[in-house]
Amino acid sequence: MNSTILQTATRYLLPLLLVFSIVVMLQGHNKPGGGFIGGLIGAAGFALHGMAFGPNATRTALRADLVVVMALGLAFALVAGCLALASGQPFLTGLWVSVPFPGFGEVKVGTPLVFDIGVYFVVIGVVMTIVLSLLEENA
Amino acid sequence: MNALPILPVLIPLGTACLGMLGHRSLRAQQTVSIAGAVALALAAVALVARTATGEILTMDAGGWSAPFGITFVADAFGAIMVLLAAVTGLAVVVYSVASVDLPRKRFLYYPLTHVLLAGVCGAFLTGDIFNLYVCFEILLLSSFVLLSLGSERGQLEGAIKYVTLNLISSAIFLSAAGLLYGTLGTLNMAHLSVRAAEAVAEGNGNAVTIVAMLFMVSFGIKAAVFPLFFWLPASYHTPPFAVSALFAGLLTKVGVYAIVRVFTLIFVHDTGYTHTILLWVAALTMVSGVLGAAAQTEFRRVLSFHIISQIGYMILGVALLTPLAVAGTVFYIVHHIVVKANLFLVAGVAHRIRGTSDLGRAGRVGVYASAPLVAILFMIPAMSLAGVPPLSGFWAKLILIRAALDERAYVYVAVALLVGIMTLFSMTKIWAEAFWKSPEEKEGDPPTKADRTPMGMLAPIAALAGITVAIGLAAQPVFEFSVLAAGQLLNPEVYVGAALGEAFVTPLQGGVEP
Repeated sequence: MNSTILQTATRYLLPLLLVFSIVVMLQGHNKPGGGFIGGLIGAAGFALHGMAFGPNATRTALRADLVVVMALGLAFALVAGCLALASGQPFLTGLWVSVPFPGFGEVKVGTPLVFDIGVYFVVIGVVMTIVLSLLEENA
Repeated sequence: MNALPILPVLIPLGTACLGMLGHRSLRAQQTVSIAGAVALALAAVALVARTATGEILTMDAGGWSAPFGITFVADAFGAIMVLLAAVTGLAVVVYSVASVDLPRKRFLYYPLTHVLLAGVCGAFLTGDIFNLYVCFEILLLSSFVLLSLGSERGQLEGAIKYVTLNLISSAIFLSAAGLLYGTLGTLNMAHLSVRAAEAVAEGNGNAVTIVAMLFMVSFGIKAAVFPLFFWLPASYHTPPFAVSALFAGLLTKVGVYAIVRVFTLIFVHDTGYTHTILLWVAALTMVSGVLGAAAQTEFRRVLSFHIISQIGYMILGVALLTPLAVAGTVFYIVHHIVVKANLFLVAGVAHRIRGTSDLGRAGRVGVYASAPLVAILFMIPAMSLAGVPPLSGFWAKLILIRAALDERAYVYVAVALLVGIMTLFSMTKIWAEAFWKSPEEKEGDPPTKADRTPMGMLAPIAALAGITVAIGLAAQPVFEFSVLAAGQLLNPEVYVGAALGEAFVTPLQGGVEP
């Protein structure tokens, strides 16, 4: 598809969607959201880019090997679970630390967040692999 | 806290993860893959050693105690299944190095194999019926890709049948799990066992039996029992030999495992109905599998039909539901996984030597004439499959037939014996056509030095054949372990006590942020 309107809109929408996806992922612990839906929103942004500029441009824009993105995500999720094992608790038990964060006061950071980040990357990797393969088939 | 019940799931997942990270280097993938398979085998041995004492290991994921969280439970049956999965996985991974072609390997063949193993081990260890569904999906998704990887015409044809029927099975499984949750209000298998007994006591048994039948159909498709087996011979002969060995060894047995688990732990109240059906299914599965095999002339299709007939024996044990019969089922599965995976691996070597898998065609050279060692390595699992003493299959059949005689189920004894003879006939057919016969007129080019079977393919076959002989010669320890596993299976309160523990005393612990 070669549409100037879509291409121009995508230039603004992609960064917005990516920021939104991270917000959704971060708020997921207590409110609706999380790594899965965040990853989907991020992947939707890249998918839009793929439709506007073509799959090759998107591969360049992603700059990362999608297999590695999936693997990193999986590694994050596994590590998040195994940290609890290492401390002698059951797999996936949430471990929390409070970190002073300028402007926010104390921020609680825990392994569920690491897990969510892992899911985020796995979802982006998987969805983009599917979307790009389909787009390449059409081209 | 003990991490052992979850390690057989984590190790293959971690291995897959590392393999994907280094997916550009084939050497790195292979090294990681073999190391991961060895680590899985070690963890499985540790698990079996712990459970051999009769102990049941549990782990509540996330620290959420049962029945609220997801519990992983390793009893003797689950542990021995994990060990078998690990051994098969290791053999197949080593075999793959020399036998699977380069494009497949580049397309994440090794990580997919390990994800499949993670799903299989997860299914054997989970104590939660919905988690069991998730593990089924993990192993199915990776098996879909492994089956269709390469996109050859025959492969895709087989994959379509395989995917369609397995998805139907998954849909039935999911509906059944939903109905079960609606009826009994829990998904923890130990808790389900308790609740099902309560429901039956309250006169609500019919609802439980209906759900039980849904599970039987769903798991029956996965286990390839009569009359739901058609997807198996349509697909198992199409992928590379290493992949079909992995599938043949493990996938249907996950279905059998699920049948054994739910029909000993949860659905044991209307045995006159459910287990009588299982009994019929067992006999028909044995007969239709072995008759199907007699009509085939392709190496792997013959073997595929024999998987089906062998599944019948395993179901027979759980249908009879006596301690000896269930021990027979466990023993049979132990024997069968090793033998079946090995036969498919040998089929790969024979194909390589003869240049064809068609038993009707002469091939370029007889296997026995050119590679007698390979022929002998085929003989061991083949004779074991047919039940020739002193190999493992003989003891497996002996225990089951003894159990059936004790129950005066003479018809089933006759069927089992007859099917054994028919299996022998099938194996001799393969032996005569593919191994013994030397073609008078050579087809194609004679084998060159490059065609010699690599050690990487022979070593796993020899190792698995060694295990078969070892089980045959030292049947007593395996039998004792099977009796232990059967004892635990037939006394659900042991499983329930281990899995639920003092859950109701202190329901929610850990997992909550401070």
